[in-house]
Amino acid sequence: MKIELIVNGVRRVIDVEPNELLINVIREKLGLTGTKYGCGIGECGACTVIVDSKPVLSCLTLAVEVAGREITTIEGVAKNGRLDPVQEAFVEEGAVQCGYCTPGFIIMAKALLEENKNPSRQEIIEYIKGNLCRCTGYINIVKAIQKASEKITLKERKTT
Amino acid sequence: MRADYVNLVNTHTVPVRFMYHSPETLEEALRLMREYGGEARVMAGGTDLIVDMKLRRKEPKHIVSLNKIRGIEYIVEEDGGVRIGANTKLRSIEKNSIVRERFEALYEAVRSIASVQVRNMGTLVGNICNASPAADSAPPLLVYDAVVKARSIDGERKIKIRDFFKGPGKTCLKDDEIVTEVFIPYPPGDSASTFFKISRVSMDLAKVNIAILVKLSSNVVEDFRIALGAVAPTPLRIPKAEEYLRHKPLNEENLNIVEKIVSEEIKPITDVRSTEWYRREVSKILVRDALNSTIKKLVRT
Repeated sequence: MKIELIVNGVRRVIDVEPNELLINVIREKLGLTGTKYGCGIGECGACTVIVDSKPVLSCLTLAVEVAGREITTIEGVAKNGRLDPVQEAFVEEGAVQCGYCTPGFIIMAKALLEENKNPSRQEIIEYIKGNLCRCTGYINIVKAIQKASEKITLKERKTT
Repeated sequence: MRADYVNLVNTHTVPVRFMYHSPETLEEALRLMREYGGEARVMAGGTDLIVDMKLRRKEPKHIVSLNKIRGIEYIVEEDGGVRIGANTKLRSIEKNSIVRERFEALYEAVRSIASVQVRNMGTLVGNICNASPAADSAPPLLVYDAVVKARSIDGERKIKIRDFFKGPGKTCLKDDEIVTEVFIPYPPGDSASTFFKISRVSMDLAKVNIAILVKLSSNVVEDFRIALGAVAPTPLRIPKAEEYLRHKPLNEENLNIVEKIVSEEIKPITDVRSTEWYRREVSKILVRDALNSTIKKLVRT
């Protein structure tokens, strides 16, 4: 069956099978391989994408279930060739090691900072508990999210 | 981990062939359930069902998705309680101020479920319909005496949550029924409730979970309700412990007896998450911790 999706701001019409998962559409049919396949059972968060402003797991979502919805993947985070403050902070804090979990963490950090501009350390840790980093780089990831929050606050102060 | 297990879950397509139905009204969904009943599964968030299908624990021929049905995603106060619709996400429930202020144990339980992503997808109704003995929302719903509303083409039926669970993965629902709502009556005034769970890491399913509700009047326990999960084929209330503590002062002696009753009344098994012995032992600690935490809430207010 044909479904329509808005992926990173672009309208796409895709033919999908009922048992096809959203991650397959994103990676195989749209070629957006930034979103990673991890555990496949909702434990690791590597496949996290944003659907209608909420982070969800693309490995447990049937593609047909999100027909007509807006999807943001890691490829849609940088705008006009410029990294997002969250991405900058991840680079600066050395929060990227092997990189496999990074897209999921960045999507979660974006979603958290949309909900709560100044999260506490505890709030950050709670928010990213569904994302695993096998290099165990959690300390720098938390630092990066704190830094991203500061960057965004600073940017807003400058523009107002 | 078995090799076939890895292969099964790491698929980009669900390894089960099914017909996908996404009715736009509840009536249409109920008609589909009457037609396909035993061969169909209702899907709300899909976080349990898709995993079960990947592991081929469930192979439904039809999936009836509630996704497109309007009007069943709500949290409203009514008739001395709160009604939560079948499409209401766990994340909306933890963010709701009525739930946070009046149903502390439910708030704490929902917040403890898996991750933000899973709570953005999964629903409270899905959590109970999946009927895991370890379902975190079950013990709070049991202590609040929640009522499950199920509908079929023939009409609506109200089921006490205590009668709802029949075994691991089994409920009293008929093949053609869909749960449309859970009604949770307000707990008695001046009472407080608490949820606790023991798990290896916070993402894991519970080894044991517990919810209690306490109301005191001049240092004597007026109302006491206790429910545990992952310690029997279904989540359960412990009436013997409740009756024992009612109208008694909360002292060390009574606390010891309540702990003992709980550890004797539960029927835990040894499985991948824990052992029977550990579950009995840790249940005692959970009773004590949950009581302490609840009393603190009562003193604060």
